[in-house]
Amino acid sequence: MKHLLSAGDLTRDDAELILATAGEMRALADRPIKKLPALRGRTVVNLFFEDSTRTRMSFEAAAKRLSADVINFSAKGSSVSKGESLKDTALTLEAMGADAVVVRHWASGAPHSLANAGWSRSTVINAGDGTHEHPTQALLDAFTMTRHLASDGGGLDGRRIAIVGDVLHSRVARSNALLLQTLGAEVTLVSPPTLLPYGVGTWGVETSYDLDSVLPKADAVMMLRVQRERMNDSYFPSVREYSRRYGLNARRMATLQDHTIVMHPGPMIRGMEITADVADSDRSVIVEQVTNGVAVRMAVLYLLLGGSEPAIGADETPTTEETPA
Amino acid sequence: MTPTAAPPPGTDLPADGRTVLDARDIARALTRISHEILERNKGSHDLVLLGIPSRGVHLAQRIAARIAEVEGVEVPVGSLDITMYRDDLRMRPARTLLPTEIPAGGIDDKIVVLVDDVLYSGRTIRSALDAMNDIGRPQAVRLAVLVDRGHRDLPIRADFVGKNLPTSQAEKVAVRLEEYDGEDSVTIR
Repeated sequence: MKHLLSAGDLTRDDAELILATAGEMRALADRPIKKLPALRGRTVVNLFFEDSTRTRMSFEAAAKRLSADVINFSAKGSSVSKGESLKDTALTLEAMGADAVVVRHWASGAPHSLANAGWSRSTVINAGDGTHEHPTQALLDAFTMTRHLASDGGGLDGRRIAIVGDVLHSRVARSNALLLQTLGAEVTLVSPPTLLPYGVGTWGVETSYDLDSVLPKADAVMMLRVQRERMNDSYFPSVREYSRRYGLNARRMATLQDHTIVMHPGPMIRGMEITADVADSDRSVIVEQVTNGVAVRMAVLYLLLGGSEPAIGADETPTTEETPA
Repeated sequence: MTPTAAPPPGTDLPADGRTVLDARDIARALTRISHEILERNKGSHDLVLLGIPSRGVHLAQRIAARIAEVEGVEVPVGSLDITMYRDDLRMRPARTLLPTEIPAGGIDDKIVVLVDDVLYSGRTIRSALDAMNDIGRPQAVRLAVLVDRGHRDLPIRADFVGKNLPTSQAEKVAVRLEEYDGEDSVTIR
């Protein structure tokens, strides 16, 4: 696998390798020089057709800590706003010698086209495409869960994860559902009936309309933002009713088990899906998710670009025998 | 790809070659190295032992245990992964990272003793020196190895050697340690 397009493409071995590598990358944050030479001379292009703060900054920090050269491209103020197609943008990047393209696009499937249309030879990493997938977010969520819930080294097997809110428009929910199942966790999607995607029955996850009955059993609760910018219809009567039925507040938080963590991929709307006291509570790992995001993206970049060929998705076990020195 | 630290040098080799060091030889060599380190350093002050994963870390721990017996002082032990600093990183698929653990006191102004199982081309040690450069500035760096098999590609030599083992480049040296492989031996074939 040369690209990272979907969390569903990762085998359990791949995912565990990424998480283990991210663990080593995480230790770098405590060192005086937060830099590794692994991607020296490689060029990573951040190609963002949609607004993003943390994902773009996170990928930029990750690539720079691995010593790659980073070119940031955002559609606003570029030739895309003059009508350039994805194909021509891709050809331009190819001509510039990009080794990897980190792409965020409002259209579901855009990274897939970029990777498979033959426009460029770059490695493509999906940084969120429409309402489809956001695999590195799922990886950083799994990494964060592993650090809190699998301290015995056991992994996420049998852990119950509740993903709550606007599942319909959430690429985070889809990628998490795919990855967490690969890692052996049990996922429950909690959402109003109008915000569950068509065909969710084929995802292999539980669904529920009743948040209060799911919370006491959960080991991690992931709140999703209501993506009003993607809504061209009314999916619930009012913000107040939504937050009363599907928002996480102090009363609901009190029904959680002692070890249960509260997560949010950001950006969060305080007062809508999560109240401020919950977001700032001890259970909340929302800020840590951001820190872990850099480590996980470093791991992905390293494993895809660090060697002569990618280390994830390979058919054979990689060579780790060393030349004795 | 396996997520765990995949077996480094020579685990694929059965221990059926010619045994050049058995468990007792290895124990004696490590005891001597420990004494030499103390003698050279005039005690255990400022010492930090950094093992190169995987077997170097176990050797470093054994040396630290011996120093503790002799001096009654716990010398800090850490591990230093050199994977990302290898000069052949680009020539092979991306490798699994191994743990780097720097002792709490850091390495600034310390006497760092790098510990590895086999010294061969010297390239691992060059990578280790580069890796250390990003972590701190030791007062001095020494090198301890269980086996020096010769054939250096780089101007690097060991300060403390368990056994000098003349080899041809066609031969393979396999170090096996109790903690990692279930037995102590050095074989050649």
